[in-house]
Parts: sequence; C-alpha cells; structure tokens
Amino acid sequence: MASAGNNTRALPWALVTPALAWTLLFFVLPFIAMGLSSLTAHEGGGFTLANYSQFFTDPSYWRAMVNSLEMTAIVTVISILLAYPFAWTLAEMVPERWQRLALMLAVLPFWTSYVVRSYSWLLVLAQNGVINRALTGLGVIGEPLQLANTRFATVTGFVHFFVMLLTLTIFANLKQLSPSYRKAAADLGAGPVRTFLHVVLPLTLPGIMVGAFLTFVLCIGDYITPQILGGNNELVMPQLVMMQIGRRGDFPLASALSIILMAVVTIAYLACARWLKIERA
Amino acid sequence: MTMRAAIRLAAWVYAIAVYGFIFLPVVVLVLFSLQATSFPIPPFTGPSLRWYQAVLSDARLTSALVNSLLVAVVSSLASVTLGFLSAWGFARFVLPGSALLRGLITLPLTVSYLIIGMGLLVLFNWVGVPKSLLAAGIGHVVINLPLCFAIIYSQMGDHQINIERAARDLGAAEWKVLLMVTVPVMSPAIFAGFFLSMTFSWDEFVISFLLTRFETTLPVEIWNLLRSGLNPKTNAVGSLVFAVSIVLVVFFELTLLRRKPA
Repeated sequence: MASAGNNTRALPWALVTPALAWTLLFFVLPFIAMGLSSLTAHEGGGFTLANYSQFFTDPSYWRAMVNSLEMTAIVTVISILLAYPFAWTLAEMVPERWQRLALMLAVLPFWTSYVVRSYSWLLVLAQNGVINRALTGLGVIGEPLQLANTRFATVTGFVHFFVMLLTLTIFANLKQLSPSYRKAAADLGAGPVRTFLHVVLPLTLPGIMVGAFLTFVLCIGDYITPQILGGNNELVMPQLVMMQIGRRGDFPLASALSIILMAVVTIAYLACARWLKIERA
Repeated sequence: MTMRAAIRLAAWVYAIAVYGFIFLPVVVLVLFSLQATSFPIPPFTGPSLRWYQAVLSDARLTSALVNSLLVAVVSSLASVTLGFLSAWGFARFVLPGSALLRGLITLPLTVSYLIIGMGLLVLFNWVGVPKSLLAAGIGHVVINLPLCFAIIYSQMGDHQINIERAARDLGAAEWKVLLMVTVPVMSPAIFAGFFLSMTFSWDEFVISFLLTRFETTLPVEIWNLLRSGLNPKTNAVGSLVFAVSIVLVVFFELTLLRRKPA
C-alpha cells in the first residue's frame, strides 16, 4: 500500500514464517523421523518391515487394536445416548438466562487433567471406595464388587469425559436450530414426539457426527484413562505403544504402532468426512 | 398438556442424575482431600487441612507446580505470539497457497498428543536434544499454536481491517498499526487464546511424561504419586490442580464474553 513494494511483500512472509517453521520443525519433521524409525530394526538399525509385520502377525497386538476399537465404539454410543437428552434439557427446559451457567457447570470437570479425573474415578470405584461402601452399607451386596481395573471402569471414566464434550457440541447444535422449523411441524399437526423424531433429530445429526468423531479421536489415542482405570488386564493401543518405550526402549516398534494407530484414525476420518464440516463453519 | 408435563418432569430428573454423575468424582476428590485419616475412603473423618500442608511441604510437588506454571506461561506466550502474527499475516495479505498453509498450521489439532509426543521423542533422541522442561514446552507450543491461530484468525473481521486502514491513512507505520491498533482491538481473542493454551498446557500429561526426566510437571508428578495407591495427599494436589484449571477457564470465559459488547 503506502510502503515500498519490496517491503509489503516481505512483511506478510515475516509474519507467517515463524508459525510455519515451528510446525515444520516440531510437527512435520518429528513425523518423518517417526516414519523412518518405524522402518528401522531395533537391533542393528538396518531397514526392515519387521515392526509392521509384527503387528499383523502377533495376535496379542491385534487384540490391543480390537480392544481399542471396541472400547471406543462402546464409549461413543453410550456417551451420545446420555448426552443428547441432557443437552436437550439444557437447551429446551432451562430458562434462557440460566443456560450459560447451567452449561458451564455441566462441563466444569471437563477442565481438569486426565490424570486427576481418572484418579477421582478410582476413588469412586475402588474396592473400599464410595460406591462399594454405599452398596454394602445399604445391604444391596454382601461383598464389594470388583469395579476398578476393569473395562467397566475405563468405559465409565471415558463416558464421564465425553458426555461433557458431546453435551457442548449437541447443545450448540440445538441452539442453532431455527424455532420456525418446530412451529412449521406443529402447524402441520405433528406432536412433540413426532416433531422431535422427524425434525429436530435429523437436523442435529451433523452436530452429533462431529462430536462422535471427536470422541473417537480422543478416546482411541488416550493412554491415561485405560492405564489408571483399566489396569494391565486388557491392553489398548496407546498402552502398547507406551510399553515399547518404557520397558524395552524399542522406539522403532513404538513408532510403527503409533503410525498404525494414526492410520486407523485417518481412515475413520475419511470414512465420515462427508458428515464432518469442521474446517468451514 | 399432561404429556408435556411428564416430559418436563422426566427431563429434569434426568438432568439432575447426569449432573450427579458429572460431579460425583470431583466431589469425592475434593471431599476426601479434607480427610483427617490416612485413606481417602469412607467414612469421612475431616475436615482437616493436613494433606494440603503435606503437599505444600513436599519439595518435589511444589517444584513440579512451579515447573508446570513456568512451562504453561512460556509455552502459551510463544503459542499466542506465533499464532497472532501468522493469523494477522493470513487475514490481511493475499499469500500464494494460503489455504494450504493455514491447513498446515492447524494440522496438529487432528493428531493425538501421544503421537505428537512420540514423534518429538524420536526426533530429539536422534538429534541429541536431552529430555527437559524445554522439550516439553516445545511440544506444548505444537499443540497450542494451532488453537491460538484458529481463535485469533476467526476473530479478524472486516471492521478491524477498516480501523487499521484508517491508522495507515493517517500515516502510522506498519509496526505502529500492529502494536497500537491491531493488538488492542484483537485483545479479547488474544487473551482467550492465551488462557485456553494455559489450561491445556497446565493439564497436559503424555507429552511431558515422554519428554521430561528429572525436572517434570505437576501432572507427571501426580502420576508418580499414583503408584502409592489411594492417598489423601493425591486428593489434595489433584484438588489444587483442578482449582487452577477452573480459574483459567473462568478467565477464558470472561475474555470470550467480552468479545461482543454490543
């Protein structure tokens, strides 16, 4: 504009280069390093595909992927089923001026670390924890139930987190619905149930899909919740990755497993890409 | 009408049950951090502040707390600076391949922290960068830079361009426009990006776990405490972490709310 042509061309690049350089150096380059590492033999260091073939031939590795996918699917479905009516109540039943507060309260524990949240569930589910004490105290059960270190515990910890996340996305979606749709449905003689099933639910489906995808990505990549609440009985992929680093220092195998995990997420993304419009609002 | 009333009642009962589910672990965590005896399990024997005293007199935990704050502040400052400059560059100037480059900057948002941490671990291991708070801080900028960029970029609208143009027409140099017009006008988005980054860095575990060794952050130190099983001291430090997160989130809410005064 007012400044010399040379200057105006240099300035925008000077602004965007630091961020781009950071991303290339500490995100793209590490990814390439991980890719190269995954093709390297742990002993000796020559080129090999053994790290990948190990995943496809060793049934216990397969099992971890199956566990991860099963767990993620269960968590996603339960979380949506719990969060939808909750978000609906907040959007429809709570008076407008209290909605922001109600929503903020509903997602408050969302903002604490995975470690603290998982530990808190351990307190609730432990052998002599709150739930077992309450149930034995009431005489419902004689002996404490084994709740911690089970798949049930991991799923509970995950569902707790994702109910909050999905409540946020579904609530936002419900609020964006124009009331005229519902009026139109009512004018045409539909009752509240039919209006919900044929108008509101289909229109909020994109929001549900975005939330479900976020749940999938965050759930399948999390190490802490299964490690703290599920224990070592039933490994999921992130636990398998961390085991390679921790016990054996086997970076190549850990890299290969990470890349396989990422590939699964990418496939899931491509599979539901047409429902996801995260980039452009 | 009775049907509506029934739906209404069911919805309220359900909502209260979900609130109960959401708050159950937090209430248990905080309640038993005030336990007077040595196990954070019923019956409640407090209230007592002895476990908070134990936390504050534990040098490992207090230094981890300071480390966490340091990493959070420095990495968030770096994230918000890089994010702001690049958002400004992309919003104000036509750059070749802009959409692609913006996509590159936001790409880390789609990758799990575990994989970002693994990649950095492998790279740093090869290049010979030692495990340290600095390494973890670099990782935190990788996860928070895209967030800051996205928040600030989405808030750079036309009316800000007009204000900047007015300043330029009145003869302000480019750096003056940046410091005296753009930064103040964009300050809600900048603060929102900063506080959100602080929250994520403060709570982040897996990257710090992979990239630090002796000096580490609070979530990693809490993880180490977990090996000793259930302990009211862990409750106390967990409650403190939670309290700090809440303060940060409240700041985030307030700065975002200030966005549209009209």
